[in-house]
Amino acid sequence: MSDQRPPAPPPSPPLSKAKRQTNRRRFIRTALLTGGVLGAALSGFLPQIYALKKRLRPPGALDERDFLASCIKCGQCVQVCPVQAIKLADLVDGMGVGVPYIEAREQACDFSCDAVQCILACPTGSLTYIKPDFLPVRAGAALAAKPILVAKEKDAEPTLNLKERIGVARLTRPEACLAVQGKGFKGQSRGADFQGRMRHMAVDRWKPIKVADHPYDVAECDLCARECPVKGAISIETVFAPDGRKRKSPVVHEPCVGCGVCEMICPVEPTCITIEAREVWKA
Amino acid sequence: MSDDVLKKRFFQQIKVMFGWEPGKPTQISDAAKQVHELKRLTNKQDLLAVKAHMRAHEVKSTKWRNRRWATLIFANLLFVLSYWLDIQVLEGSLTASRFVGFHLIDLNSALQVMLAHKHIITNLLIGTGTVLLLWILFGGRTFCSWICPYHLVAEWAEKIHLKLAEKRLVSDQSIDRRLRTVFWILFALLALATGYTVFEAISPTGILSRALIYGPGLALLWVLALLVFEIFFSRRAWCRYACPIGLTYGVVGILSPLRVRYTLEGCFHEGDCRKVCLVPHVLDTVIKGRAVAPQVPIGPDCTRCGLCVDACPTGSLKFEVKGLSKLL
Repeated sequence: MSDQRPPAPPPSPPLSKAKRQTNRRRFIRTALLTGGVLGAALSGFLPQIYALKKRLRPPGALDERDFLASCIKCGQCVQVCPVQAIKLADLVDGMGVGVPYIEAREQACDFSCDAVQCILACPTGSLTYIKPDFLPVRAGAALAAKPILVAKEKDAEPTLNLKERIGVARLTRPEACLAVQGKGFKGQSRGADFQGRMRHMAVDRWKPIKVADHPYDVAECDLCARECPVKGAISIETVFAPDGRKRKSPVVHEPCVGCGVCEMICPVEPTCITIEAREVWKA
Repeated sequence: MSDDVLKKRFFQQIKVMFGWEPGKPTQISDAAKQVHELKRLTNKQDLLAVKAHMRAHEVKSTKWRNRRWATLIFANLLFVLSYWLDIQVLEGSLTASRFVGFHLIDLNSALQVMLAHKHIITNLLIGTGTVLLLWILFGGRTFCSWICPYHLVAEWAEKIHLKLAEKRLVSDQSIDRRLRTVFWILFALLALATGYTVFEAISPTGILSRALIYGPGLALLWVLALLVFEIFFSRRAWCRYACPIGLTYGVVGILSPLRVRYTLEGCFHEGDCRKVCLVPHVLDTVIKGRAVAPQVPIGPDCTRCGLCVDACPTGSLKFEVKGLSKLL
C-alpha cells in the first residue's frame, strides 16, 4: 500500500454570478421535468380514483387491482384470440392503458378456442387457471363446477378449466326483450353490417363465422339461450309477471361465467341483456 | 499500472451512469502520459496541416447508423408482421413477447410487475432471465439504440432540434442527469407502494410498440408531447434524463463484453464524437489529456449506437468484444 495520494485539489473559487444563475436555471428545469413526468404518471390514477369504467376482463383475469398490478401490457392475449374479442385500453383508462378488455356487445368471448388461449398466452399470470394462494376468491366469484362447453359436450373432456367468473349476465331491459313480449325473431340478429363472429359447431368447429352470416328464424326469440356456449348458464323459463300473468323470460343460472355471447347476440337495440363486469353470482 | 487505472475508471463510469459528472482523472498510466506528452510536443503547424488534410479527405460514414436503423425497424416490423400476417415469429410487444415460443420479457417492465404484484410466476422468470442473458451478451443499452422505437423517432426529432439550434431558434437546455436515477427509484417505490405499474402508463417505449402492433391510440399524444419538449427545449431529454428503462439496461451493460473502445494514439481530440453522442459523459476520455490508458473502454451508459464510430475521422473509436481480440 502506498501513501501516495493525489494532491488535494485547490479550493474552488467562488462561483461567478453568471454561473450561479446558470445553475439556478438548470435546477428549475430539472424540477420542471420532474414535475411534468411525475404529473403525467400520477394522472394515471385519476380513472382509478373515479372508477370511471368497469371493463369486462378476459377469462381467468385476477381481481381488478391485482390484474392491473400484474398485467405487463404486451397484448399476447389479443393475438391468440380466434374471434379477436380482446382489445387494449387507451389513455383514458389511466393505469389501465394497454390492458386488455372485452367489449361484449361488439365481440364477445365465445370460447371457440376451447382451451382459453388467452390464459395460456399470458406471461405474467394476470390471466390464470391457478390463482396464487395469497389472492382470495371473492364470495360469489367462484364457479360451483367447471363450466361445461356445449360445443365440446360429447368430448371426453367437455369442461373449461375456469374456476371464477369474469362477470354475470343480467336482463337489464326486460320490457324490451322479445321473449318477454312473446315475439319471435327472423333475420340477422345484429344486421348485415355487424362484424362480430362466433363459432357454430354445425358449420365449422374450428373456424368462427360472422354473426351476420348466420340468420335466424325462431317463433319465440331464444337467441341468448340458444347461443350461450356454457351449459346450463341461461334458459328461457315461464315466469310470473308482477300482475300475476304468466310469461316467458330468459333466466340466468349459476354456471354463467360472464363471457358476453348473450349480450352480443341479442337482436334488440340496445341490448336487453348485458354482462355486469366483475359482478358475482347471487342466488 | 494501466490495469489499475482502468479498474478505477470502470467503477467511476458506473457512478457517472447514475448521474455523477466525470472529472479530470487523478491518475494516468505512464504509457498514456507518454502519448499525451508526445502530442503536446508536436509542432502546431504540422498538426494543423495534418488535420486540414484529413478534413479535406474525410468521408462521412453512416455505416453503423444504417445497420442500426435496419435492425431496429426489422425487429419492430417482426412484431407487427407476426400479428398482422399471423406468422407467429415474435408474438406480443416490446414489454413481453414470445420468440417462436420462447418467453422474452423486458427487464424494466418485469421489474415493475414484480414490484407491483409481488408474485412471480415461472414464465415471467424464464422470460426475464432470457432477456437478461441476451443483453449481457449484446451490451445492455444496446436495447435503447438498436431496438427501442422511441429512440428512432427521438433521433429524428433530434435532427429537427439541431437544425433549429443551428438557426438559433432554440437552444439545448441541459437538465441534471441524476434525475434519471431519482425517477428509477421513484417509479420502483411507486409500483411497490401503490400496486400499479405506474411507469408503464407513460412509457413511450411500450406505448409506441403497442401502437405499431395493435393500432394507434390517444396515448400517442404523450409521446408527441415528449418529442415536442425535446425539439424545442431540451435535446433528447427523455432518453438522457428520465427513462428508467435506459438505466435498467445500463446496469446490465456493466457486465457486457460488447462495447466501444477508444484508442488514444491517433485521436486529434476534435470532439466530433461528443457532438453526435446521446450520452457524451461516457466520452469524457476523448478530451485532450483525459485518457488514463492508451486504450480505454467506454462505460456502461453507452448505448452502443455507433454514431461516434461513424463520426470519428481517425478511427480511434471502434466496437470491440472484450477478450475476443485476445482469443483471435
